[in-house]
Amino acid sequence: EETLLWLRGCGPRDMVEKGTTLLKRMEISVAEAEKRTGKNAVSMQETYTVYLIETRAVDAASEGANPAPDSLWRRYSEFELLRNYLLVTYPFVVVPPLPEKRAEFVWHKLSADNMDPDFVERRRVGLENFLLRVASHPVLSNDNIFYSFLTQEQSWKEVVFETGFQAKADSRLKALNATFRVKNPDKRFAEMKHYGDELQSVISQLLRVRARVADRLYGVYKVHGNYGRVFSEWSAIEKEMGDGLQSAGHHMDAYAASVDDILEEEEHYADQLKEYLFYTEALRAVCRKHELCQFELEMAAQDLTSKKQQREELATGTVRTFSLKGMTSKLFGQETPEQREAKLKTLETQIEDGEEMVKEKNAECEEFVKNAWVDIERFKEQKDRDLKEALISYAIMQISMCKKGIQVWSNAKECFSKM
Amino acid sequence: MMSGTVVDSSSPTAAAPDDISGSVLELDEDEDLEVFSKDTNFMDGSSLNTSMQTSPGSMVNQYKFEEEEEQSDTKDIFVTVDNPESHVTAIETFITYRVLTKTTRSEFDSSEYEVRRRYQDFFWLKCKLEEAHPTLIVPPLPEKFVMKGMVERFNNDFIETRKKALHKFLNRIADHPILSCSEDFKVFLTAQAWELASHKKQGPGFLSRMGDTVRAVAATVRGVRNRPEEFNAIQDYVEAFSQKMTSMDKITQRIIKEQKEYLEEMKECGPIYTLWSGSEEELVEPLKMMASCLDRCCRDSEEHTQYLSSNLLPILHEYVLSTETLKAVLRRRDNIQAEFEAKNEALATKKTDSEAESKMLSLAWDSLVGKDPDEIRQQKQQKHKGEIKELKEEIDKLEDKLEWANNTLKGDWSRWQKSMRSDLKAAFTYTAEKNMEYYEKCLAVWESFLLSQRTEASEGGDRDES
Repeated sequence: EETLLWLRGCGPRDMVEKGTTLLKRMEISVAEAEKRTGKNAVSMQETYTVYLIETRAVDAASEGANPAPDSLWRRYSEFELLRNYLLVTYPFVVVPPLPEKRAEFVWHKLSADNMDPDFVERRRVGLENFLLRVASHPVLSNDNIFYSFLTQEQSWKEVVFETGFQAKADSRLKALNATFRVKNPDKRFAEMKHYGDELQSVISQLLRVRARVADRLYGVYKVHGNYGRVFSEWSAIEKEMGDGLQSAGHHMDAYAASVDDILEEEEHYADQLKEYLFYTEALRAVCRKHELCQFELEMAAQDLTSKKQQREELATGTVRTFSLKGMTSKLFGQETPEQREAKLKTLETQIEDGEEMVKEKNAECEEFVKNAWVDIERFKEQKDRDLKEALISYAIMQISMCKKGIQVWSNAKECFSKM
Repeated sequence: MMSGTVVDSSSPTAAAPDDISGSVLELDEDEDLEVFSKDTNFMDGSSLNTSMQTSPGSMVNQYKFEEEEEQSDTKDIFVTVDNPESHVTAIETFITYRVLTKTTRSEFDSSEYEVRRRYQDFFWLKCKLEEAHPTLIVPPLPEKFVMKGMVERFNNDFIETRKKALHKFLNRIADHPILSCSEDFKVFLTAQAWELASHKKQGPGFLSRMGDTVRAVAATVRGVRNRPEEFNAIQDYVEAFSQKMTSMDKITQRIIKEQKEYLEEMKECGPIYTLWSGSEEELVEPLKMMASCLDRCCRDSEEHTQYLSSNLLPILHEYVLSTETLKAVLRRRDNIQAEFEAKNEALATKKTDSEAESKMLSLAWDSLVGKDPDEIRQQKQQKHKGEIKELKEEIDKLEDKLEWANNTLKGDWSRWQKSMRSDLKAAFTYTAEKNMEYYEKCLAVWESFLLSQRTEASEGGDRDES
């Protein structure tokens, strides 16, 4: 059974399953963020942010000993490298996304600047979330490179590159080609891809509208601050009404100021949505991989069939299909029996290889479908849980906002009644 | 609405001739005094003198302010403005409003009246009241034109707002102890269209009105020298208050605008959640519920904004307009004082003249034309004395007029202040309540969402408190 638990310093969205290996053994967090300056690859000065990853063995903590955690610093680009590695190495897994590289869907108050402290803070939380998701994944959490990422300060990058994962990456073009030309992809994957598209579209729309709503809400609250100012000035010229106006003015100021916290909280909701927005990309990647596998299988099968056909033609001397070779041999005379014999031999070998290939590809495909579908089911369940939680926490936020509003206006009303 | 009891301690005709229109003559004095005066001391014969003999001090005592509860007991005239209708003629298009009056006052022949009036008529009424009572605070009229934003004259919101403001205008007059007795007011409420038109043509003639205007201009040009400190204080207050009210008006308009824009954006959220629910299986219910909650919140927001538009904003706007009236009233009072001061100066000049004149030049002249110097001197002195006496009489009248003006203004000022405090206190309090109501409604909506989504145990205790 899954036990849902609260993890350090976070909200409901950071609940993860605890039935998995690494997270069982190890506490992980992204504790801090710091600015650094250094020379980049082209020897230019740059400023970047590093994040402190802290890890601690679970049993150590539970014994009450509370030893200091191990820690190391990582840049965002290293997280990206890790993720790319995971994407290539486990193509059947819906790999958790990283928080956004640049702030998008901002409303006017938030800075779109990567150096902005609020952005950095939210990114820190997002990176922690990423690590926790990977660490709780039944497959990903067992990966050594991932483990090294968390624990090996020096030369981790070299180790990653040594795996040669970059060579295994499918080219974009290849994948696109497969998508267009595949004939019989598994229906479920096609549906999943379609779902991924829909989810992406709907969440994007939501995020855009939400940003505009936030902007407007900010306006409404802030204008009330003007009431505060005018009440204060006005109270100076009144006798009976003075006190009431003055104190009501303070409440108006408080009301105007309260929007900052409210919108800060709402950002969390946006971040939860964004995570799933980025997840759709991972989902689509898995579906594309399936299409590629399937396509390669189909190509191999097609190749085998055509080779078998050629053999038949060669053996029987009949031309079933139009081929240039057939034409030229008709025009320029038949081949010698020796030539034919040689050709047949080559074809036989090719056919044997081809059959092996098809078997392999078939097995690959089946394996892929099986594993991918398991992970997709897991992902679906996680998604349903998380999004439902997100909606609930949104409602809770709204309730909190309403309660604050009631409080402020109730206070203001009392002041007015004393006017 | 506060009412003061204002007693004309003199008979209506005793005030300076130009101030009170002839219409006040028609009031039955005893009845007038009965209705308004709680102090029976003033019902003696001395109050019917044609000149104001009472001292300023006792005049101030006449202003007794009843509590609001008593006012509602004595409220005997009810006016409503409704039912705007458009009229199209060859020359113009205009709107008329139905004015319904219900009253038990004996000056009215009937107890119910229904007439139709257009803005022009209201404007006429306001002018007549200001003419008759230059230092009373006549309630403000909605503006003639609306400059800001391309608001058409015949746009529904505009008509609705104007109708409400006109209703307010008439009711404030009806609640005013002096203004509600105005003959013009009565005619306005009761006369048929042609009757009103003909009544409008009456009144002080052109020349007399010109005379008023000339005097007013002269006084304005001259300026007042010794404004009493209390009126300075009122002036300063009105200036500051006017600024504050204008700000309040602007801020409230801005809030309404921002809320409307917020609503526009919010309205888009619900449909997106509904759209999303079409792609989901497990999440269908929560997403649909989200959409429904957002829609309900939108409706609540709309209602709330509507309240601000139709209740808070009009009252703030009315007080912005009334500061203009207050400034005008203060100016008119200043003019009266200026006139009085001018006459005083004239008298002083004349007195010094009389000394100088008996000497030199004119004697020289007169002897030149062969007149008897002594006789001439005597004639001149007689004439002089006569002129001085006349001036003194005029000054007395102006002094009385000034005192009357000052006291009516002070009384009405006090009344206005009470009204203002009570109106704005009520408006702000009610606004705060409405804001609370809005949040309470939204709170209920989101709590219902939580209720519908809650499953037991697994969601953890931390979320039970919010």
